[in-house]
Amino acid sequence: MNANLAPTLPETRTSGADLELRGITKRFAEFVAVKDLDLLVPSGTFFALLGPSGCGKSTTLRMIAGLEAPSEGSISIGGEDVTSLPSHKRPVNTVFQSYALFPHMSVLENVAFGLKRKKDPEAMAKAQAGLEMVELAHLANRKPAQLSGGQQQRVALARALVNRPQVLLLDEPLGALDMKLRRQMQLELKTIQTEVGLTFIHVTHDQEEAMTMADTVAVMNEGRIEQMGPPRELYELPRTAFVANFLGKSNLMRGEVTGKRAGLLEVDVAGHSVLLPEDRAVQTSGQVVVGVRPEKITIDRTSSGAAHNELSGTVIDVSFTGTTTEYLVDVPGIGRIGTFSQNRGQQPAAVGDTVYLYWEADYSFGLAGDERMDAGVEQ
Amino acid sequence: MTQTISKSGLSDLRSKDEIRAERRKGRTGIYLVAPGLLVLALFFALPVVVLLAMSLYVKPPGAEIGEFVPGFEIGNYMTVLSAYWPELLRSFWFALIATVLALLIGFPMAYLVAVRLREKPLLQGILLVLLIAPFFSSFILRTQAWKQILADEGFIAQALKFVAILPADGHLTATPFAVVAGLTYNFLPFMVLPIYANLGRLDTRLLEAAGDLYASPMNSFFRITLPMSAPGIFAGTLLTFIPAAGDYVNSALLGNNRNTTMIGQVIDSRFFKVIDYPGAAALSFVLMVSILVLVTIYIRRFGTKELM
Ligand SMILES: Nc1ncnc2c1ncn2[C@@H]1O[C@H](COP(=O)(O)OP(=O)(O)OP(=O)(O)O)[C@@H](O)[C@H]1O
Ligand SMILES: [Mg+2]
Repeated sequence: MNANLAPTLPETRTSGADLELRGITKRFAEFVAVKDLDLLVPSGTFFALLGPSGCGKSTTLRMIAGLEAPSEGSISIGGEDVTSLPSHKRPVNTVFQSYALFPHMSVLENVAFGLKRKKDPEAMAKAQAGLEMVELAHLANRKPAQLSGGQQQRVALARALVNRPQVLLLDEPLGALDMKLRRQMQLELKTIQTEVGLTFIHVTHDQEEAMTMADTVAVMNEGRIEQMGPPRELYELPRTAFVANFLGKSNLMRGEVTGKRAGLLEVDVAGHSVLLPEDRAVQTSGQVVVGVRPEKITIDRTSSGAAHNELSGTVIDVSFTGTTTEYLVDVPGIGRIGTFSQNRGQQPAAVGDTVYLYWEADYSFGLAGDERMDAGVEQ
Repeated sequence: MTQTISKSGLSDLRSKDEIRAERRKGRTGIYLVAPGLLVLALFFALPVVVLLAMSLYVKPPGAEIGEFVPGFEIGNYMTVLSAYWPELLRSFWFALIATVLALLIGFPMAYLVAVRLREKPLLQGILLVLLIAPFFSSFILRTQAWKQILADEGFIAQALKFVAILPADGHLTATPFAVVAGLTYNFLPFMVLPIYANLGRLDTRLLEAAGDLYASPMNSFFRITLPMSAPGIFAGTLLTFIPAAGDYVNSALLGNNRNTTMIGQVIDSRFFKVIDYPGAAALSFVLMVSILVLVTIYIRRFGTKELM
């Protein structure tokens, strides 16, 4: 892990607790599901774990919940080592990816289960309130099998939330909900999290969800965390090709550093000169990969007149999305570059047109030269 | 258009095709159960009727042994009931104890094989075969073997005498203990298999969820595993209790003593030794009806809804 990318978050007034994973490795027989994971999540943080299927997100949550023992490393919650504590003694609750509702109990009994185990005298009232929060109070007496997938998911959410655990683990808790309900639950979750100050670890496939809700986002790949930080930092300054491609889209070009001046690296990319701030580059000499986000690029029929960070090519695909028009431009020697422009009534470029693409040097970011440029590209 | 649709209105909404399809479905069902119904009529309903008729036969004056003529002698029931009600009660009592013991022994076995050994399919398979293995040998032979095991010269009796749990002149065979032990042993697989089948489907992620919600393993067992295995326990107890109550092999081989006689043994001797067909038939009928009543009460109390 890059030490300088550790999250810097203000301490909030909380009933949550710090969560710390040190050197966590999980092996299933030969297969390594999680590799030497170090993670510090300060109390009261909304922490999102993002990554492709099978990268070890659920396994990480299961180790925090105490449902899986790490092969190596230790876990502490609120400064207390819980590595060998069984799950029922950990101040942690989980919203399971599979919901895992108890089929022989009513919805209300499901939600009250944890409260009753803690001998909360107001268990039933709190459970009822929890159901109201997820707008399912009218179905309190049904059995889980009589609910739709989205309703079951909300019951699972209520069942974990009503316990107000120091750390709440959410394994894709909103996956089965439609867009409207999803936004509503996102707001609800965020409100509860900030009001009560709980520590949330939220696993999701939805990067927009991760970016809008989380204080800190970690991108996980093949059992390790590729990069971690505030959403904006992660988006604007990805440190690996995987993050650049998995979190939003990126245009990546391989080149050779040919010179430095005034804090900028000059990179030769297939004969074009591209400038890159030295402090935004992982590597400052030899072969590097230069990246730029599509929305940072201006597409124009005429050249900007600048000698740097301008490419020209032929439009090979145009798609109109309403607010924007997206373009795919083939640049000789580099390949395809994607970009888009706001629809402000201008005449859009057409397939076959020759266009100029340019962007400010400050928007470039630099990755190691040996990166696979298609790492993390979603099919 | 009104928003409310009456019940009849709803059925009007179904097209002719739909109604025809539904009828066809109903007819298919009848074709499918017809052979079964025929077999039941032939091999169950008919014998029961014959049995009922037989239980009311009368012995004509000066008849030979085994000679009876059709009649309507309700007194047959009074006679056998007043003579054999202790054996009837004992049968249910022994069957009940054996069922409870089989549950206490069988549940942990089923749980071990079905849940705990899920990750070890080889061991699971071996133990499952061992559970079923008794079915491959004769019931009577196995009971005979138990007689040897519990015999006065057998190591169990010797060992118990050595530690003075059993008095020096005590026996294990020809005691209620031996009969109940035999019943428990012989009907154990009937208890284990339904519970095994049920626990095999138990989603262990529910136990993880319970643990995550602060339930200790013990708590999870009683609140999740046990209630969810209720249908298996229900089937197992019925499959054990019903044959055990009517059994005569165990009481004959392991008991054969006045205070171990069960009703099946009485019926057996009425039929084949005393040649009192109406008495035997009346007792069989009483046994059948009592089991039916007990089982109905049991199903009413614990069955149906709770099992879903
Ligand atoms: N009990 C297990 N035995 C063997 N391999 C396992 C086990 N549990 C998980 N794995 C493997 O570990 C890897 C990580 O699994 P995990 O469930 O953590 O993925 P995930 O990131 O949550 O994926 P998804 O987004 O699809 O839920 C997967 O390759 C999976 O096959
Ligand atoms: Mg998962």
